[in-house]
Amino acid sequence: MSRKDRMSGNQAIAVAIRQINPDVIAAFPITPSTEIPQYVSAFKADGLIDTEFIAVESEHSAMSACIGASAAGVRAMTATSSAGMALMYELLYVAASDRLPIVMAAVNRALTGPININADHSDSMGAKDSGWIQIYSENAQEAYDNMLMAHRIAEHPDVLLPVMICQDGFITSHAIENIVIEDDESARAFTGEYNPAKHLLNPKESLGVGPYSVSAFYMEMKRSQFEAMNNARKVIRDVSEDFAKRMGRSYGMFEAYRMEDAETAVLLMGSSAGTGKDAVDALREKGVKAGLVKLRVFRPFPAEELATVFRGVKALGIMDKCDGFSGNGGPLGAEVRAALYGKSDGIKTCNYIFGLGGRDIKVEDFRVIFGELKDGIDGKPLPDCRYIGVRG
Amino acid sequence: MIEIRWHGRGGQGAKTAALLLADAAFETGLYVQGFPEYGPERMGAPITAYNRLSESPIRVHSNIYDPDIVVVVDETLLKSVDVAAGLKETGKLLINTNSEPESVLKAFPGFKGSIYAIDAADISRRTIGRNLPNTPLLSAVVKLSGIMDEESFFENMKKAFREKFSHKTEMIDGNMNAVREAWASVVPLNEVAARN
Amino acid sequence: MTKENMMRMINETSSWREITAGGFVYGEGNSEFFNTGDWRVRTPVWDESKCKQCLLCYPVCPDSSIPAKNGKRLDFDFDHCKGCAICARVCPFGAIAVVAAGEEDAQ
Repeated sequence: MSRKDRMSGNQAIAVAIRQINPDVIAAFPITPSTEIPQYVSAFKADGLIDTEFIAVESEHSAMSACIGASAAGVRAMTATSSAGMALMYELLYVAASDRLPIVMAAVNRALTGPININADHSDSMGAKDSGWIQIYSENAQEAYDNMLMAHRIAEHPDVLLPVMICQDGFITSHAIENIVIEDDESARAFTGEYNPAKHLLNPKESLGVGPYSVSAFYMEMKRSQFEAMNNARKVIRDVSEDFAKRMGRSYGMFEAYRMEDAETAVLLMGSSAGTGKDAVDALREKGVKAGLVKLRVFRPFPAEELATVFRGVKALGIMDKCDGFSGNGGPLGAEVRAALYGKSDGIKTCNYIFGLGGRDIKVEDFRVIFGELKDGIDGKPLPDCRYIGVRG
Repeated sequence: MIEIRWHGRGGQGAKTAALLLADAAFETGLYVQGFPEYGPERMGAPITAYNRLSESPIRVHSNIYDPDIVVVVDETLLKSVDVAAGLKETGKLLINTNSEPESVLKAFPGFKGSIYAIDAADISRRTIGRNLPNTPLLSAVVKLSGIMDEESFFENMKKAFREKFSHKTEMIDGNMNAVREAWASVVPLNEVAARN
Repeated sequence: MTKENMMRMINETSSWREITAGGFVYGEGNSEFFNTGDWRVRTPVWDESKCKQCLLCYPVCPDSSIPAKNGKRLDFDFDHCKGCAICARVCPFGAIAVVAAGEEDAQ
């Protein structure tokens, strides 16, 4: 039986980890993800989990330990944020190319410069090309649910890729909200046992992991990662479907909110989607055909499905919680426009940069965005990219 | 939906109070949010915490700009922080103070809503034995929010204290007295001033 | 998959589909099936008549290309000997000559 509870996003992730009871967690504390290893070590001290908790001396070591543990054949997890993720950077690529199904709880925080502890997506967006599957969560419930699904996606033989489950630092990681928690047995049964086909500590078959890959092999290795990432689409859908069947909460690659007849729409990821939905409802009441798409899975990127969902939309605001400093906007802006190109041409778009370093975004800000999009439909020039919520 | 903003100073427990309120409201079956505004941890610096309490699921994740209730944990903040900013015209402002009603009212000349005072420091010192203003403040906010009647709130708190102080049962009575006294002492200041 | 099969299956002509996930290498000691002998530009030549079977050469060979049996060394394993000539350097009896590859017979 599931139970209704209230807790923060970090607590929700910790509960999921306790239920999953992974073999190894290696982590180094960094705000705002610090609470996760804190809760885990408390669970360990209380005998609630038999996880091997490795208190490493840096995030570089945390990911290295996860790679070692995962290669040895066990479930390995970590949690990090911001500069911590940046310190893992080279190992993120190693984990992906070694095809090790490591799971990370990423609690999004601005990647320093200037120093800041609050939420934006610049940390995980920096790792968008590392070969990790990236799933973003709107609230504590989604963080919990996504975490329960993560291992099955990562460990699927057609995938074998590391997964990061992202949520917005403080905004959801430290906010108490209502949540439905599954009972331990159902959660554990859903995640299942991990029995890797090949692993280092198998006395019956010796194995070499992480071989040097000369030019003659490197591209074939990358091509096989490409295939695995593409395979992840079906696996994510299947696992999410099974989750919906068993737990009653359904998730797709993205959530289309009131998109049926939408003329203006925004696309975004993470905690601000809920604020955007409130804005959409308010606009709908006034007869404005507004809609919202909340992207859940950023890697693999559901380009084809997005092109379909935006068919019929006349103006689209693509909202990045991260600037890519291309001079044209952020990573979501670039990817969504590429997805639309040649498939849903004719949609006017503006790439909004918002919420950097914890800058609050209000329902009112969304109204401004939808207003600009409407003006864009009516012929007023829409800028390619603009910052919203910044003092002008 | 009821939106509540807390003003306190780092280290005074405004965040904890907001989380306790979320807990209490959750027990009544409401949807809740409780979250502080995070920044560098600086004891004594002004901080803000928030609550949303609603009968339907809460999706919005922004701070609160037009609260229904504002709680001021430390009255010295009145000098430096515009605590009533955005407070709804029909809103309620609760101040932890031992000042005279007239002087508090004078600080908000244009405010049309109701101002309430509670001497949480005094109540907690007398009932619990230490200056722990959170318990009386929580009681006062619950009363002002109207999310629970007196009886069920007291019942709820008794249960919570029994759990919390299972190894220090002597703490239960003092805390319950703080809850009861605070509930009784929350009255609109203009009424008090008129009586005087 | 046997060691030998793996070496045969995955090589520089393999498609990405045939490469194991993560490039995992199954089976230990498969370097046996990788004939490094054709890298050799110099060849050690063993003069059995000068050899006292002291076996100093045996442990220094980086490629384990000096087979030994019953306490006595045999001729080089030329499938794997890369011609580094360390064996010739350590031989106290001048029993190992080094010649350009292809001129072994001239000895």
